[in-house]
Amino acid sequence: MSAKTDVKTYAGFRLITILCVVILYAPLVVVTVYSFNASESITNWGGVSLRWYVDIFTGPESAKFQQAAINSFSIAIIAATLATGIATAAATAIVRGGKYRLRTPSLGLISLPIMVPEIVLAVATLIFFNSIGFTRGYMTILVAHTAFCIPFAYLPIQARMQGIEDTYEHAAMDLYATKAQAFRRILLPLMMPGIISGFLLAFIVSLDDFIITNFVKGAGIETLPTAIFGSVKQGLKPNIMAISTMLLGLSVVMVTISYFVSKSDNTK
Amino acid sequence: MNDAIQIAVDVRDAVKRYGDFTALQQISLAIHDNEFFTLLGPSGCGKTTLLRMIAGFEDVTEGGIYLFGDEIKTLPPHKRPVNTVFQNYALFPHMNVLENVGFGLEMKGSSRADAAKRAGEMLELVQLSQFAKRKPSQLSGGQQQRVALARALAPSPKVLLLDEPLSALDLKLRKAMQIELKQIQRETGITFIFVTHDQEEALTMSDRIAVMSAGELQQLGAPRDIYEHPHNMFVAGFIGDTNLLEVSVDKIMRGRAQCHIGGGHELMCDAVDGIAVGAKVHLSVRPERMVLSKKATSAESLKGTVTQNIFIGTDITTMMDLDGGPKITIRTSNTERGNKRLFEPGSAAFVDMETGAARLLAD
Amino acid sequence: MAGGAASGGSAASDTYAKARHWLLMPSWVVLGFFVFAPVCVMVIYSFLTKEFRGGVIWEPTLAAYDQFFFDRGLFGDSDPTLQWTYISIFWRSIWQAGLATILSLLIGFPTAYYIATRPAKTRALWVFLITIPYWVNLLIRTVSMKFLLRDEGPLNDFLLNIGLINDPLHIINTNLAVQLGLFYSYLPFMVLPIYASVERYNFTMSEAAADLYATKFTTLRRILLPAVKPGVIAGCILVFVPSLGAFLAPDLLGGAKNFMIGSLIEEQFKGNAGNWPFGAAASMILLSMVMIILLIFSSQQRRAGADQ
Repeated sequence: MSAKTDVKTYAGFRLITILCVVILYAPLVVVTVYSFNASESITNWGGVSLRWYVDIFTGPESAKFQQAAINSFSIAIIAATLATGIATAAATAIVRGGKYRLRTPSLGLISLPIMVPEIVLAVATLIFFNSIGFTRGYMTILVAHTAFCIPFAYLPIQARMQGIEDTYEHAAMDLYATKAQAFRRILLPLMMPGIISGFLLAFIVSLDDFIITNFVKGAGIETLPTAIFGSVKQGLKPNIMAISTMLLGLSVVMVTISYFVSKSDNTK
Repeated sequence: MNDAIQIAVDVRDAVKRYGDFTALQQISLAIHDNEFFTLLGPSGCGKTTLLRMIAGFEDVTEGGIYLFGDEIKTLPPHKRPVNTVFQNYALFPHMNVLENVGFGLEMKGSSRADAAKRAGEMLELVQLSQFAKRKPSQLSGGQQQRVALARALAPSPKVLLLDEPLSALDLKLRKAMQIELKQIQRETGITFIFVTHDQEEALTMSDRIAVMSAGELQQLGAPRDIYEHPHNMFVAGFIGDTNLLEVSVDKIMRGRAQCHIGGGHELMCDAVDGIAVGAKVHLSVRPERMVLSKKATSAESLKGTVTQNIFIGTDITTMMDLDGGPKITIRTSNTERGNKRLFEPGSAAFVDMETGAARLLAD
Repeated sequence: MAGGAASGGSAASDTYAKARHWLLMPSWVVLGFFVFAPVCVMVIYSFLTKEFRGGVIWEPTLAAYDQFFFDRGLFGDSDPTLQWTYISIFWRSIWQAGLATILSLLIGFPTAYYIATRPAKTRALWVFLITIPYWVNLLIRTVSMKFLLRDEGPLNDFLLNIGLINDPLHIINTNLAVQLGLFYSYLPFMVLPIYASVERYNFTMSEAAADLYATKFTTLRRILLPAVKPGVIAGCILVFVPSLGAFLAPDLLGGAKNFMIGSLIEEQFKGNAGNWPFGAAASMILLSMVMIILLIFSSQQRRAGADQ
């Protein structure tokens, strides 16, 4: 349609959109490109090389980063799993539990970590652990992560569950299934894309977290984000580019998986 | 005395293509000033496309559109002095009724106060004055439709376009609105271009109808004319019910054609330009123009056997098999006289066509 | 966002009503213990006295809030005068966050509109494209920004090479860098809610406005914007609130001279120089500000909902 008859199109919007995409991706693309920089200095381009990737795995800082990576991933998996389980239970109670007075407060409590600014949450958690004598370390990180990952796991699960009519479970119960069986054999499989989405979201949020982790981790332990931060504070080194690129790649993979999972509709 | 008829909208050889698909194939028609003109046809025939081309929401691929003599196809919609009543009304939800109705006037430069005054007058015309301060979501479907109408009339357009405005209303409301729309058109004198797929609606309201199918204009004329003298099979079948009989033309003499139906029945009807001797075409006869009787009344009475009588309240529909094969439908009024012309299924009977009722169809 | 979670859908279904207390218990325990309780404890701490090496002495006092607002104690010998140091840090954070929000709106709104008016298949691709950066670690994105904007960084290299400037632009460690960092961090949060609103918009209304002689710009201003207002407001909040309490952007991109609330709070808990009650007090003030904004927003939503 020509611009005259088309009431939808505004000149210049397309340009701004392209600008927006460029802005969003430029820094990431630049970092990725420079992670393959063969030269020592990060300012001059010396050709393509994988040296910084090698450095991450075998260089002087590799032990530190590897330990940090192990911490990050293990915490993320455990926290995401716990958070997803708790969120699934809560979603079942809220979406399929009828009307009751605790319902809205429960929803409010679950939304709390998203509504409170992250730094406030970090401070509060630190103070709390200190006041009850919980020594800072791996466990404090794990506990804090599990708590604030719950809302992130919850949202996709609730959305998915709301989209499934309860006629399926009623049909199952009509065919002599108990509530537990109806849940396990009917609702759970149908909800699975939502649960997987929730898990991935919780996983990424835990993996990426910096502020809360930085506050509650104490001195002796590092996760990947805190290790990267510490390294950057000492000066921007090329191997940081390499780690960043790898994490970037991981994020892209996760988004793609989540995207395809959410598109599958197994109720049809 | 001759009142010169002014042409309000002149569509000349308009073509609309979307890539490979042709939505309109060379449409030409001239809509008179002050008339209630209807574009009628089934879904996908191109009637809404044509309307949108006049409104300015679709490009004209080829051809021209003229408004009182001025070419308008290059003007964007907000520069054309035509207004539209949309199918889904498109009332602005965040403005109240008065503000909605006054919107076009504000856009044309009126002050808020003047626009509100004129809007008030329009609301009186559609009898919704007491709803002036309500929001559209608080009105019923019929009321929203009247607001949409008032809003489109307020800027005094030269031509008003209506895109199936009554399709969302229930039957009774629709019939009431048909009368109201017709009245408003007569009172304001604005040219109305009305799009519908409902042939009964078109027949009720229009001064002239353009019947469209698959992007082509099939026939243009007054309602009665189209009904009684359809040009082709599509028009005959789309407007009202009809019997279609295959005939061969034997003789043409002084404007009259003599033809025979399969089974040997002969009949006479008006000759039609373009249909010559020997042609095998269809003959259209409306069911209500056929009369049943026990005995043959003339040489052209057709003989057959009654198969079914269906009672539908105001009329009785009789299905009949003519000798030699063709099946026809006859409609008789459910009156004392009509009931005397009913026969038991299985019995033999004769049927005559009223004078001028039979039409030869071009294809 | 919170609004979405708070709706929870209708409660028509009650299949598992019997088990609901058991099902809710884990979330109540975990969240109650590790989110709600900590916030309460933090409130208490803000009213305690600071201990030398970090931590607190359990002696209630208003010293922390006092220190925040006033020069000498409220109960000191001379009249208290307003201490502007900390208030100005808060003020700077507010307008930094505000500026970042406006910048995101200027770029985000046209983007969201454009994407929402694409045909269905292309649209999904665009949305996918916009969401990917959101999933990338915020730290990494901020580090990338830092790398890009440095004096010897690629941006300056590029501008020098094409001759647009003669000396490198000194962007890092300025307000501008923090601005850009905040804008970059939260831009997807502006685009997505607006996109959702525009997608639901009935474009026949734009046609009706044009039919009634409105120019495209007037249609945008008087018809489209009011209709997509909820999405725009949601987007603004989703950018403003995190920007207000942000730590990474000001710390990595702004340097010592561009303190914002986040850096101020973080400093109180680092090492021995910290002042825990003060940090708690500052957090409380930040939290109150955010809560007020959210309350205004949700009451506006409720009013708008009643109108519909």
